[in-house]
Amino acid sequence: MEIALSVNGRDVVRNVAPHELLLDFLRDSLGLTGAKRSCDVQVCGACTVLVDALPVSSCCFLAADATGSEVTTIEGLAERPEFERLEEAFTRHAALQCGFCTPGMLLTVSALLESGELGSEEQIKQNLAGNLCRCTGYRGILEAVADLAGIQ
Amino acid sequence: MTTTLRATGARTHIGRSQPRRDAHEKLRGQAQFVGDMLVPRMLHGKVLRSPIPHGRVVSIDTSAAERMRDVACVLTGADLRDIDPYYGHAIKDRPILALDKVRFHGEQVAAVAAETAAAAAAAVEAIVVEYEELPVVATVEDAVAEGAPLVTDRPTKQGLFHGLGELPPRDGNVCYRYKIDRGELEAVFARAEIVVEGEYTFPSVYQYAMETHTVIAQVEGDEITLWATCQHPFLVRAEIADLFDVPVANVRVQVPYLGGGFGSKSYTKMEPLTVALARKAGRPVRIQNRVGESMVTTRRHNMTCRMRTAATGDGRLLARAVDCLFDTGAYADNGPRVVATAGDAAPGPYRWAAYRVDASCVYTNLAPAGSYRAFGAAHLQWIGESQVDEVARQAGLDPLEVRRLNLLKPGEEVRSGGKPLDADLLGDVEKVAAAVGWGETRRPLVGRGVSVGLLAAGAHPVSSAVCRLEADGGVVVLVGTTEMGQGPRTAFAQIAAEEVGIDPESVTVRGADTRFTPYDRSTGASRSTTIAGLAVQRAAADIRAQLDRIADNSDIDPSDHLALMRKHFGFPGGELIGRGEVAPTGTGSYAEGPVFWEVCAGAAEIEVDPETGFVHVRRTATAADVGRAINPQLVERQDEGATLQGLGNALFEEMVYEDGLLLNDTLLDYRVPSFEDLPDEMTCVIVENEDGPGPYGAKGCGEGALAAVPAAVVNALADAGVPMTELPLTPERVWRRIQELKKEGKWQQ
Repeated sequence: MEIALSVNGRDVVRNVAPHELLLDFLRDSLGLTGAKRSCDVQVCGACTVLVDALPVSSCCFLAADATGSEVTTIEGLAERPEFERLEEAFTRHAALQCGFCTPGMLLTVSALLESGELGSEEQIKQNLAGNLCRCTGYRGILEAVADLAGIQ
Repeated sequence: MTTTLRATGARTHIGRSQPRRDAHEKLRGQAQFVGDMLVPRMLHGKVLRSPIPHGRVVSIDTSAAERMRDVACVLTGADLRDIDPYYGHAIKDRPILALDKVRFHGEQVAAVAAETAAAAAAAVEAIVVEYEELPVVATVEDAVAEGAPLVTDRPTKQGLFHGLGELPPRDGNVCYRYKIDRGELEAVFARAEIVVEGEYTFPSVYQYAMETHTVIAQVEGDEITLWATCQHPFLVRAEIADLFDVPVANVRVQVPYLGGGFGSKSYTKMEPLTVALARKAGRPVRIQNRVGESMVTTRRHNMTCRMRTAATGDGRLLARAVDCLFDTGAYADNGPRVVATAGDAAPGPYRWAAYRVDASCVYTNLAPAGSYRAFGAAHLQWIGESQVDEVARQAGLDPLEVRRLNLLKPGEEVRSGGKPLDADLLGDVEKVAAAVGWGETRRPLVGRGVSVGLLAAGAHPVSSAVCRLEADGGVVVLVGTTEMGQGPRTAFAQIAAEEVGIDPESVTVRGADTRFTPYDRSTGASRSTTIAGLAVQRAAADIRAQLDRIADNSDIDPSDHLALMRKHFGFPGGELIGRGEVAPTGTGSYAEGPVFWEVCAGAAEIEVDPETGFVHVRRTATAADVGRAINPQLVERQDEGATLQGLGNALFEEMVYEDGLLLNDTLLDYRVPSFEDLPDEMTCVIVENEDGPGPYGAKGCGEGALAAVPAAVVNALADAGVPMTELPLTPERVWRRIQELKKEGKWQQ
């Protein structure tokens, strides 16, 4: 079936199988490998991308369901001027180690910063619980996000 | 909150929290992992795995799968007749594919290479295997029982890299045994006023590196090329060369960024099967595990342990006896080394009149178990330290006081014939205790605990590095260490910059490629900063020495590298090559080691809810006794990561097996710590006594916290009134224990 969508601000029209996952479509058809495959069951968040500005687990989201939508991957987010703030905070706090969860984490953080859902440390912990990180112990990420959200 | 105790000694780039060199690439999604790579003509591999824990393979029918669209080939054990298909760095007990038998749920039985991953997955479903089920050895107790079925009947064949001397022959299902016997144990026990004893259970745990094991293999004639998620590319190279009978130089292993490792990618994992599949297909093949597959590729040993500790009435430790059975699953993997390291950790860092350790590595029909961060110490420290706390309770002493009385001091013998203690343990444990409010009044249901232990670290001390000073003044560091998040590329850039006298930004450190990077034994055992870092330091110092020699014969400023290079080569080209090598002073054997003792010191404050059994972690503290912190921020981040893994291990992580079947093989059922599991307060105390064998007195870190934190949590929970002998401390278990205590009239709150 044919789908038409916008990926990182560019129009894309492609044929996909009805059961093709958005994650595979982005990685294999478009070469956007920033979204990572890990748990396959919508727990870890490594495959997070934005669909119409909302974070979704692309491992459990059909490419066909993204038709007509605006999809943003880490490659697209990194092109935006506001990304520099994220990059600076995550770098300064060493809020990454292996980097496998990092793109998904940043996409969730950017969406939740936008919607104002990271207003306190408690809110950060609660709302980022869908993005796992096995390396950092979350501390550096918490500090970076608190900084970005203006929490003292 | 972070407390940093900084030693003196002025350095330009050492001891500074420089930004990670890989941050830019990783944050922008540009960092390449094996699963992101495409090799021309690459096929996709998929593995058929055993649905049963133990059985004879009666027949395999691949005909339907082979006829399917886009299928290039199907590999079975029959394709491996031209080689000796058994591998294993410790014991060569594992066939590339199941031959006559399957020995665990999830064992590799056949593999398909196809044009697409979907075609490979569909073809795997079309393979028909007939099994005849065999009795299952489901637990270590079953395995050592009289008349137990044998998991393997092959004689022990030594692997290349166990480092434990001559391995004894297999004894039933026991493939390795580590024993220490010092002093007149029973005589000392007989005169003890306090004796604490118990039986303990430690669960099987999944490392969960978020990037699953992934390998691309290409076989062209007798040249084998691999892109692999491996921590130890040089050891994988040797094992692949050995298996497929080609010269070591014909095997090339390239390792890009790793999406976490924690031991799960140590030694050889999915590489042999991927090579065998590519060999048959005649084209490059990629195999990428799913999470459920990586769980059964390697895991942390579950274990049962009986421990007795003897002490005087005033809290002086006298003797300890430890018997433990480690479940290494169907194949040894790193089991022997895990068991030896556990045996060394078992006594704990105390002065003993006598102690005896008897630790067995036991085959069962579970998935093979190998390395996971702080192995051995993580298994034993919580047990030994809970008994030390019990001694304190019976002696009426503060747990810290018992440690003051008994802890080894720097320079004292830890293990006969091995490295003496190279750390201030009492200082470490006092610092972490203070960080969780030791001695402050606490309300009921809140408990505090400390723990301290040692982990034999460094592995075999062989590493080499090359630094190339380019004509533009930049330095390229060639070193085989794998970057899996722990930050060696950043630390090595700082070390090289320090020695050569340039900016770290002018230093480039890339991934391992066994064709070009010089030999590095492995990335694990907290060894990289200490040993590979020392090789980098020496290589960089070699460059500096060459520059100084050129400067000596001229009036050029020694810091003007470009002018010195121009003078030396007579044109704006050429390069200076610095060489650094680390080799053992003795034989480098495990018995003479370790390279250094990694300190595992931690403290915790918890609160238990008696209605639900839920344990809330209020505060944790760990000591990163690193000798010298090259990059303090990265040191802290290591301890924080290990702390969370330790909390997962202590509180809820467990691979649940029933009759050899793994019941929770997805992250829906196997929970790992999330943001919500962060303690309210987490402190890392960096201790810098410049007492390490690495560059600037550094020694490794990042594992100790994973042994220390579970032990501190167990002790804190006992302090709150709930002594436990089984991990993880799930709410159900804790609640049941509280009900028992109530029945026994021992619940006091």
